[in-house]
Amino acid sequence: MTEDQVKQIVIDIINEIAPDEDTTDLKPEVNLRDQMDLDSMDFLDIVMELRKQHGIEVPEEDYPQLASLDSCGAYLTPMFNAK
Amino acid sequence: MQHSRIVITGIGLTSPNGNTLEDYRKNLLEGVARIQLIDMRYMGLVPAGVCDFDPKQYQTRKELRVGTRAGSIAVFSAREAIASSGIDFENFDKSRIGVYIGTTEHGNVETENEVYNISKFDYDTKYWTHHHNPRTVANNPAGEITINTGITGPHYTIGAACAAGNAGLIQALQMLRLGEVDFALAGGVSESIQSFGIFAGFKSQGALGRHDSDVNKTSRPFDKSRNGIVVSEGGCVYSLERLEDAQARGATILGEIIGYRINSDASDYVLPNPERQAECMHQALAVAGIEAGEVDIVNTHATSTPMGDIQEIKAIREVFGSCPTTYINNTKSYIGHCMGAAGALELAGNLPSFQDNIIHPTINIEELDPECDLPNLVINEPRKVDAVKVILNNSFGMLGVNSALIVKKFED
Repeated sequence: MTEDQVKQIVIDIINEIAPDEDTTDLKPEVNLRDQMDLDSMDFLDIVMELRKQHGIEVPEEDYPQLASLDSCGAYLTPMFNAK
Repeated sequence: MQHSRIVITGIGLTSPNGNTLEDYRKNLLEGVARIQLIDMRYMGLVPAGVCDFDPKQYQTRKELRVGTRAGSIAVFSAREAIASSGIDFENFDKSRIGVYIGTTEHGNVETENEVYNISKFDYDTKYWTHHHNPRTVANNPAGEITINTGITGPHYTIGAACAAGNAGLIQALQMLRLGEVDFALAGGVSESIQSFGIFAGFKSQGALGRHDSDVNKTSRPFDKSRNGIVVSEGGCVYSLERLEDAQARGATILGEIIGYRINSDASDYVLPNPERQAECMHQALAVAGIEAGEVDIVNTHATSTPMGDIQEIKAIREVFGSCPTTYINNTKSYIGHCMGAAGALELAGNLPSFQDNIIHPTINIEELDPECDLPNLVINEPRKVDAVKVILNNSFGMLGVNSALIVKKFED
């Protein structure tokens, strides 16, 4: 799985958990919270959906790795490929 | 002690047969019940009253995803009440507004849903949602109103089983009189139709209503063949103000709360106690400073259970049995039992009679149970009277919590 595919998975999850947000023009290098109205509960939703839908477990100390789409891609892609 | 007079200045509601007071009232006068069969987890089809308001009218999709159905019902009803009140809400001091919402129960729906969710993951609790606690705290429906509207005054729910709608209004009245708030949003809400446990509990108790041929006849208080409750969702929120404040801003006054009482049976978990119910009504009349015969309409709580209806009629007979111009009706025959919203919604259904002097009937009576017979029970057809000036609204609940609220047509 490529980083772009993993980023798309994250975008799909955001579309589900934050349905009022427009994710079409997200800048991959910019923090998600600086571009959208996402709160800490929303990030927990992302973690939960990664767990439920993809069996990916993100430990609490690694939550900062989910800050931007780029960091999500870099952090999660090896995890997806190790499944 | 001289108390401020407390008046109703706005109403917002969603009922199984109407999302505005106008539609709801029209259906009550035209005998339109709206009950449907819904597919209940683990149980199959059960009769229920379902509301069809558009929750996106006042909430974002995210609010809907994170919040609860009770919260949505509360937000819709509160927003409609604010609009109906005509208050300049944007410029009103939000710290001086209180939110007091009655609930029969809260949290069953969300807990059942999460248990079902983790059952799909071999009951591994790491799949249990972090939204569970904010969804299930008892103040959730009232809290969602404050988040949606920006109200920063006090908010909480009042748990009083199925007497909760009246209890919400009584709480608001007291807080206004104490000067704790200047404007109150109060009433009751219910999301109970999403909880299989509520239905299964009534079924195990032998109190879940059914009708073999017409689901809209399932809820039939006082009918000889009645066999139980129809669980419904719904919400009704009022704006209440002190009379002087309402008059100062030129508000339309829909009625004045002149009397109320909450008491306890102290006798049984489920079976109502007519002696205490009668006492509750007598005490509410005493607070109002009126005689029983001055009441024009008694809205019964009767839920269509074989025993409960008889018990309430005994109590009403004791209080109003010799009052020739006091008429008795029921609203659950149209919409089922809206649980925490019941008292508030049923009062709303009767309030327009201050203007049209028509008393909506209890419907679905094919053969009146002789044990429920009262001379002035309004059955199947509306009754036009010379004037409706006083309504007594009964609302009772499990563990023997009784409430009676008396509302008078406003006269300066």
